[in-house]
Amino acid sequence: MLREITLGQYYPVDSVLHRMDPRTKLLGTLLFIISLFCTDSFLGYGAAALFLAVTIKLSKVPFKFMVRGLKAVLVLLLISVSFNLFLTPGTAIFQLGFLKITWEGLRTAVFMALRLVFLVLGSSVMTLTTTPNELTDGLEKGLGFLKKVGVPVHEVAMMMSIALRFIPILIEEADKIMKAQMARGADFESGNLVHRAKSMVPLLVPLFISAFRRATDLAMAMEARCYRGGEGRTKMKPLHYQRRDRIAQIVILCYLAVIIGMRFVL
Amino acid sequence: MSIKAVNLCHVYGQGTALEQYALKNVNLEIEDGQFIGLIGHTGSGKSTLIQHFNGLLRATSGELYYNGENIYAPGYDMKKLRSKVGLVFQYPEHQLFEVDVFSDVCFGPRNQGLSEEEIRARAVEALEQVGLDESYYRQSPFELSGGQKRRVAIAGVLAMHPEVLILDEPTAGLDPKGRDEILGEIEKLHRERHMTIILVSHSMEDVARYADRLIVMNRGEKMFDDTPRNVFRHYKELEAIGLAAPQVTYIVQALRKEGIPIDDSLITVEEARDAILRLVGKEPPAGDELQAGEKAPAESMPPVGEESGRSDGAEAEDESGASGVPDAAGAEVSDSSEQEDRK
Repeated sequence: MLREITLGQYYPVDSVLHRMDPRTKLLGTLLFIISLFCTDSFLGYGAAALFLAVTIKLSKVPFKFMVRGLKAVLVLLLISVSFNLFLTPGTAIFQLGFLKITWEGLRTAVFMALRLVFLVLGSSVMTLTTTPNELTDGLEKGLGFLKKVGVPVHEVAMMMSIALRFIPILIEEADKIMKAQMARGADFESGNLVHRAKSMVPLLVPLFISAFRRATDLAMAMEARCYRGGEGRTKMKPLHYQRRDRIAQIVILCYLAVIIGMRFVL
Repeated sequence: MSIKAVNLCHVYGQGTALEQYALKNVNLEIEDGQFIGLIGHTGSGKSTLIQHFNGLLRATSGELYYNGENIYAPGYDMKKLRSKVGLVFQYPEHQLFEVDVFSDVCFGPRNQGLSEEEIRARAVEALEQVGLDESYYRQSPFELSGGQKRRVAIAGVLAMHPEVLILDEPTAGLDPKGRDEILGEIEKLHRERHMTIILVSHSMEDVARYADRLIVMNRGEKMFDDTPRNVFRHYKELEAIGLAAPQVTYIVQALRKEGIPIDDSLITVEEARDAILRLVGKEPPAGDELQAGEKAPAESMPPVGEESGRSDGAEAEDESGASGVPDAAGAEVSDSSEQEDRK
């Protein structure tokens, strides 16, 4: 039931992208997103599509897994496309009552749709090739400079990785409790909204209790192993840039340069 | 009245890189009034299998019949099935949510749409069956001890008056006293109410003591399905799949190796004690009610294929022939050939 929910899910295969340093992937994703907002020509989107296609190919993750992420933004996509399509002023190409489609509107709508789709695909490439742990490690080290201005980077990263770690556990737990209550005749699917909200009580109460219990246990286990924050803490797998990271960084910078170049030259 | 599984398969994560068979072509039939032990190492498919019995999981392929009706037929009333086949999950105390013990036990019967009067009557009865008196009714379930919480949870299922009661490791994490009490209560339900019991357990002693039929799962497949006595003869094969036989079986086997002519199908401590006493020429203590006495074999020398002296229900009688043991003397091959399906 709940097991099918995917949340930034890691797809376990071995590829160049999987082996890459998470900081490189984070930076790459960030720059890719920036590049999407710098483009406003078909040529630029073509370049972005090419870049994305190559990365997806390199990641060895089946394309249909990428597309799954798109389902979540489908509604948003439809809304923004229709707003742009109908509400942009300009030369009309089609008119039906008060609805008017203009050339300018069509152009913006297509670009908007492409931008959103590429955005989601680009970030799924990162989440599908990076384990949540690597991701927070990367964030912690990549944003380490913020420590100097008093941001508790380590603590935030630790909280993030614990939260991420707990998501599948809590989903599984919710699944179990749901089944246990269904075995007692609970019905989570039918009835009106009030009835349904009420029927969540037998699921939520045990779930919260178990979440608190797990949190206490975890805090105790961490303290028992002398956890006291990030000060002087070493890593089992320290992050080091490899040759492939350098190459990837050069490639992504070249790509960004091309995109920006296109914007100003063309 | 029975549960019948035909070629039951269940695949987790079909169509992904993580695809995994949890159940593979499971065929079995569970008659009314049986006490079944279901064993297998962690991840062998036991929990997946029992969740099919009350329709919580849907088989990827294969059929499941309850009282002759296909539960996957369109329009089949799953809610009704769930009240007939009660399932007590592992650590059932994690499902408690009400403000007090009594209301929590009422949850099941209330979902069945019974009258308020009937609901209360059933809750009182169920709580009595698990040995909790009125002083517990108004307590918060979260303030009870582990064993008491578990009783409340079991009562929550019993209050629905199931015909079949499935328990997934009901004694995990309990102390010896709590374990014996809960198992004793389950045994009582079986004896007095003729409830069909399916007990999932990791304790070979427990299943040897209480079950009259043992189903062994391995990697999603049914490996053995026979009386505990016959299954535990395969203790070497059981060890190979991460299980074992009851401790006393090893003592008996060691004695036999020393040339002492003791029956090799003894699986409970009491049986072994009596057999040893007889061997040294002493009478077993009289009047001492044997827990598994009714299943104690006659004094014939091993190997014994047939069981004699069974006093409990005749339904179980028909599988004593399908022992699956090649050297079983006079073993008749039962007509339900899938019962001796050993792979």
